[in-house]
Amino acid sequence: MVEGGDKIIRVLVAKPGLDGHDRGAKVIARAFRDAGMEVVYTGLHQTPEMITETAVQEDVDVVALSILSGAHMTIFPRVQTLLKEKNAHDILIIGGGIIPEEDMRQLESQGIGKLFGPGTSTGDAVAYIREWMKKRSGS
Amino acid sequence: MSERDDEKLSYGPEDIRGLDYGTDLGDPGRFPFTRGIHEDMYRGRLWTMRQFSGFGSAKDTNERYHFLLDRGQTGLSVAFDMPTIMGRDSDDPLAQGEVGRCGVAIDSVADMEQLFDGIPLAEVSTSMTINGPAGILLAFYIVAAERQGAGWKSVRGTIQNDILKEYIAQKSWLFPPEPSLRIITDILAFCTDKVPQWNTISISGYHIREAGSTAVQELAFTLADGFTYVEAGIAAGLDVDAFAPRLSFFFNAHNNLFEEVAKYRAARRIWARRMRDRYGAKDPRSWTMRFHTQTAGCSLTAQQPEVNIVRTAYQALAAVLGGTQSLHTNSMDETHALPTEKACQIALRTQQILAYESGVPDVVDPLAGSYYIESLTNEMERQAEEYFRRIEEIGGVIEGIEAGFFQKEIADAAYRYQKDIEAERNVVVGVNRFVDPDEKLEIAVLKIDPAVERDQIERLGKSKAKRDADAVQRSLAALAECARGEGNLMPPIVACARVGCTLGEIVDALREVFGTWREPQAL
Repeated sequence: MVEGGDKIIRVLVAKPGLDGHDRGAKVIARAFRDAGMEVVYTGLHQTPEMITETAVQEDVDVVALSILSGAHMTIFPRVQTLLKEKNAHDILIIGGGIIPEEDMRQLESQGIGKLFGPGTSTGDAVAYIREWMKKRSGS
Repeated sequence: MSERDDEKLSYGPEDIRGLDYGTDLGDPGRFPFTRGIHEDMYRGRLWTMRQFSGFGSAKDTNERYHFLLDRGQTGLSVAFDMPTIMGRDSDDPLAQGEVGRCGVAIDSVADMEQLFDGIPLAEVSTSMTINGPAGILLAFYIVAAERQGAGWKSVRGTIQNDILKEYIAQKSWLFPPEPSLRIITDILAFCTDKVPQWNTISISGYHIREAGSTAVQELAFTLADGFTYVEAGIAAGLDVDAFAPRLSFFFNAHNNLFEEVAKYRAARRIWARRMRDRYGAKDPRSWTMRFHTQTAGCSLTAQQPEVNIVRTAYQALAAVLGGTQSLHTNSMDETHALPTEKACQIALRTQQILAYESGVPDVVDPLAGSYYIESLTNEMERQAEEYFRRIEEIGGVIEGIEAGFFQKEIADAAYRYQKDIEAERNVVVGVNRFVDPDEKLEIAVLKIDPAVERDQIERLGKSKAKRDADAVQRSLAALAECARGEGNLMPPIVACARVGCTLGEIVDALREVFGTWREPQAL
C-alpha cells in the first residue's frame, strides 16, 4: 500500500510468439516501473498459455503484450480466452506494436483494452492503466 | 542523439589537426578506404537498389518480386516470416498465427523453387535475411538453383548469417553461441570452396540500431562482431584471405545525416586497419568493407505516415554520401503493416531520384575534407575503439553476450531515446511537435489473407507425403551424426534439402545435438 491507500499496480509485460524484437517491451516495462508500478517481464518467446499462467501466479492487474510480428489477431483473443478460463476476468489486457488501426478497433471491440501504436508516449499508457484501475476499484 | 560536442557551433582546422591525408583518408579505392572502396565509385556502377520484401506464400512474394524487377529494382532481398526465421515449419504449434505474416513462409526446397519461379538464379543476386537457419536456407537456394540449371559457381547472393547480433539485438537464435559459431565457420569453408560468389556473412548493425543503440554503439558492436567471425575463421584453420573477401556489412541509416556519413567512413577505416594490421590479411579485398544500408525503420512514425517518405529520402542520402554498395529504402506505411505496392514503388523511386536526378553520385566521397565530417569521423572511430577496449576487458563478444553487456547498453540507450522524445529534448515531427490533432489515417494498408496459413500447411502436408520417407530419415540421421562429430555440416544439410526434408526437421535434428539457449534476463 502506498500513500492515499492506492494499491500498487502490478503489470505483466509479455513478449508472445516467435518474434524477438523486444525494444518496445523493455522500454514500456521500465516506464511502468518508473511510474511506481510493479513489473514482471516474461522475456522472449512466450506462448499464450505461459503468459496467462504467469499472470495468474503473479496476481497481476494488467497484462501488456508487445507484438510486432503480425500475429496479433491470433494472440490477443487467445490470451483473453485463457484468462477467462482461469476466472481471471478482472485482468486488463493491453498491447502495443505494429498493429493496423482496423485490427486495433476490432480487438478493442472484442473486449481487449487499449492498443498503442508506434509513437505513443509511455505516459499515455501509464495514464490509461491508472484510469482503468480507478474504474475497476470504483465499480 | 548526436555524438558530437553539442556546444560547438562550427568546426575549423583545429578540429582536424594531425589528420594525415595519406594514412587517415587515402584516395578513393586506396587504403584505408575511408573515402570509399572504389576509385570511381558510383560513376563506375551505381549502388544496387535492393528492396527487402516478402509476405504470405512463396507465390504471393514471387509476384511482388516480378513487380519490383519490372520497375527497375536491380537485386532481390527476401524477408522470411517468423516461423522460418526461428527454424519452424508452418504446421508447428508455435507457428500458429505467424505464417506468412511478416515475411514469406519457406518450409522446403519446393517453396524456394516457387519463390523464384521465372527468375533466373544464374543472373539475379539475392540477399536472404536469415540467421539461425541460414545454412539451411542457403542449401534450399542452391538446390533450387541447380534445379533451374544454374551451377553453384554462378549463383550470387548473401545470407545474413550474423548470429552474434541475434544474441545482442534481434533475438532470433536457434542454438547456443558456440555451436552457432561452428555452423558459421562451416558455411565459410563450404562457400569458399563450392559457392565462391556467395557473401557468407552480412555483419549487421542494422538490428542493433533498431533495438535502440546509438550510432557509436552500432558501429562498435558490429565491428566487434566482425572481428569475432574473423578470429573464429582463423581459429578453424582457414586462411583469412580465403574467406574475408566474402564478408560484408549491413548498416542502418538514421536521422542525423552527418553523423551517419561519418559512421560509414569510420567503419571502413577501422575495418581496413584491423584486417591488415591485426589479422595479417594481404588481399586488398579482405581490407575493404562492402556494405548494404537500410533506412531506419525505427525512425518512422505512425502519425502522418506520408511524412516518412521525406525522412527516408534524407536517410538514403546519408547512405549514398557514405558510399554504400546497396540500399533499401523503407516504405511510408511500415509502422502500420507490411508495405503496399504503391508504398514500395515510392520507396524505390526515392532511390532512383538520388541516382539519376540529384547529382550526388557524380563525385566520390564529396564531403571529404569538411572539418566537421572529418572531425566526426575521427570521433566515431575514437569512441568505437573505446568500446573495443571494454569488450576485450570483458573477455570478448561471446562473454559480453553471456554477461548481458550489449543487451543492457542497448536497452539503456533505447530508454534514454524514448525519455528524450517525451521530454521534447528530441523533436519528432508529428509526434511531439507539429502534431495534427484531427489526423485520420488516409493510407491503404496491406492485408495478409488468413487463408495463407491454412494453404501453406496443406501444401507442406502434400509435399511431405510425396517424399521418400526412408531417404528423409537416413539424411536426418546422417546430419545428426555429423553434428556430433566435427565434419562440415553443409554437405549433409544439402543432402537433407535434396530429399525434401523440411526446415523444421533439419533444425530439430541439430537441436537434439546442440541444445537451446536462453538469454540472461535484464530489463
